[in-house]
Amino acid sequence: MKSQKSIDPAVLELLPKAALDGVETVWDRYEAQQPQCGFGNLGICCRHCIQGPCRIDPFGNGPKAGICGANADVIVARNLLRQVAAGAAAHVDHAYEVVEALELAAKGEINYAIIDETKLRQVAIGLGLEIIDKSKAELALEVVEVAYADLANHGKRPIKWLMANAPKERIAVWASLGILPRNPDREIREALHQTTMGMDADPVNLVLATAKQGLVDGYSGLKLATDMQDILFGTPTPVVTESNLGVLKEDHVNLIVHGHVPLLSEKIVYWARKLNAEALLAGAKGILVSGICCTGNEVLMRGGIPLVTNFLAQELAIVTGAVDAMVVDVQCIMPSLTKVAACYHTEIITTMPIVKLPGATHVPFSLENADEAAQEIVRKAISSYRGRDPKKVQIPNHKQKIMAGFSVEAILGALATVDPVDPLKPLIDNIVNGNILGVVATVGCNNVKVTHDQLHVDLVKELVKNNVLVVATGCSAHALAKAGLMNSEGTNTYAGEGLKAVLTAIGQAAGLGAPLPPVLHMGSCVDNSRIGDLVTAIAKYLKVDSALLPIAASAPEPQHEKALSIGTWAVTMGLTTHLGVVPPVLGSKAVAELLTQGLTEVIGGKFYIETDGVKAAQGLIEDIRAKRKKLGLSS
Amino acid sequence: MKQILTRSEHCLGCKSCELACAIAHSTSKTLYEAIDELEPPQKRVFVESSGGLNFPLQCRQCLDAPCVHACMSGAMQFDLKTGLIQVAEQRCVGCMMCVMVCPFGVIAEIASTHRVAKCDRCRDLDYAPACVAACPTKALEYVEVQEFARSGRQTFIDQANSFNEGSK
Repeated sequence: MKSQKSIDPAVLELLPKAALDGVETVWDRYEAQQPQCGFGNLGICCRHCIQGPCRIDPFGNGPKAGICGANADVIVARNLLRQVAAGAAAHVDHAYEVVEALELAAKGEINYAIIDETKLRQVAIGLGLEIIDKSKAELALEVVEVAYADLANHGKRPIKWLMANAPKERIAVWASLGILPRNPDREIREALHQTTMGMDADPVNLVLATAKQGLVDGYSGLKLATDMQDILFGTPTPVVTESNLGVLKEDHVNLIVHGHVPLLSEKIVYWARKLNAEALLAGAKGILVSGICCTGNEVLMRGGIPLVTNFLAQELAIVTGAVDAMVVDVQCIMPSLTKVAACYHTEIITTMPIVKLPGATHVPFSLENADEAAQEIVRKAISSYRGRDPKKVQIPNHKQKIMAGFSVEAILGALATVDPVDPLKPLIDNIVNGNILGVVATVGCNNVKVTHDQLHVDLVKELVKNNVLVVATGCSAHALAKAGLMNSEGTNTYAGEGLKAVLTAIGQAAGLGAPLPPVLHMGSCVDNSRIGDLVTAIAKYLKVDSALLPIAASAPEPQHEKALSIGTWAVTMGLTTHLGVVPPVLGSKAVAELLTQGLTEVIGGKFYIETDGVKAAQGLIEDIRAKRKKLGLSS
Repeated sequence: MKQILTRSEHCLGCKSCELACAIAHSTSKTLYEAIDELEPPQKRVFVESSGGLNFPLQCRQCLDAPCVHACMSGAMQFDLKTGLIQVAEQRCVGCMMCVMVCPFGVIAEIASTHRVAKCDRCRDLDYAPACVAACPTKALEYVEVQEFARSGRQTFIDQANSFNEGSK
């Protein structure tokens, strides 16, 4: 059992209010679930056929096989493959929506602009398309055609988006293992088939199939989604704003965007500005849009919209009593939101056909009616503001200044102020000379099983102290933003001497007059593709396999199936990938050993499980030092 | 006196109690470590079924206890402090007489030592039974016998009343 619910002071302030207001939170429901089922925790229950459910006795007294004969190894491996496939499905579905948006935008059928022509051309060149003498719309349609062709591929040709973007050395490894995916939809379908009753019973084959799902996720989910979103909405450049619940304004209409896809949230941001006068008429000083989870990260990265909080505290945002409307799209939306909102005036607005919550207002969102839907939502927030009960309002006075918007392009832009001809050189030079020991990407969720945000923050403080540059996305980025690790002061307070010197030099050269933050916010969970791009660029620059680089990944508090698929992708990239919460695989020694050791021999990367943040940082530093040594760098 | 009592109609047969019992009798007392211990821990509660009935059975702590009478080495004995029957493991000679005479079949053999083990009501956990804590449907209760009986009477009278109401 853990000692504390959160390290976030705003959360600790609001929990007693929640209790007083009679609101049940995720922490209450977690306690009501204790103790959780050991068979589930170990991954040794199977419900794939209705002869079951079956369970394996981990202590060897009871059944050693399910009714069909599947043993613990098979059950654990099958369950994992299904989870990773589900995570990949979420990202591919997200990517598909933005591909569709780019198509309709290029055809002029919807009111979305194609903002970033440079990115469009860059993506097109990467795909091998001829770009000369083509209009923006023509080129966009050709790019879209490539994306659709992957999704409609009937042959054996591997996914084009992967072949065009992944490091060549890695493609060779994946090809040799027979795990190059052909068509994302087909691979996800195949994974469901492969795990039904009477199918694959070879745990090694199942783990390799899991790795293949990681590639589906990485290229047809993450990379495809980010590319499309950058083309449509612009590639992020550095922005300065604030994070944590203290960003909410008592005298403003507070409208929170929550979910993952920027198609809706970008429109909300636009219309909130447009309809500001209506908020003034309602007696407010204006409309404040702020974000939770990754749609929050999307509009933060591109528009400097403040972050309210991350996954685990989504209910507490409503407990402030100051949120007039929370509009949600897809993923990580707690079904409890409407019950919490019922205690206040907050209107929960669902928008997507596959995410409806009883008790919420549903405003159907489509690409064609995006402006109308967004206006309706903003107006609902304004009208809800009129019903706010000032007696119930308590906004914690906790927020941190943050600098975000670090796309690969933005990082290279900052580095170019040091070396305009060869922008990667200053970064590489400092890794080589040891000022920067290595790079760790922290990603993923919060998980109520561990103290909210603590693993993220403990891990990263220890890493930056030891001169490891940290890049972050998703709810990990939120956690680090709230903890003051995404501003110049954070560098002065937490970074080791070598790292501080480098960040200060780049900050000065870029005209900031202060160091870059010790943690670079690279965006949403799909923007883990940016981290992949950075790894790929460094590997290409150094002409080495990415598995050899002093770079590691960590999901300190993973909760979602998406985190498992992102982590699997990181492992296929050859990275040591830390998980701070034990995934449900320990019921099979064979599978657990394969994931944490055996895979390294064939794929370079591995999972590394450590539930203490500081120890995990030390483990990752050890891994980085070992890789430096192999490259002949000082360790 | 508090006893482990069962509402068998709530038992879904999930065996969470069995798992929790084994962990409570492991060296580490944690799931993830217990599964790797050299000597696998022995559970002392057994979910048995017959037709639609599931029942988690463990030592009933009989007063006139056949297992104590049958034990020739004095391993099976009353703990005067708690009134519970406990196994003094070092004294157990592995004759399995207790296993034969237990009417509930809830005395287990520890495979590695050939000695016996049974519910000790979680002595290591300050007598807070892990099986009860683990039960997701509260089929297992660690409760004063009087209290359990009282709630049984309440259920009976509620049912009788609803029958009366229904026939009006």
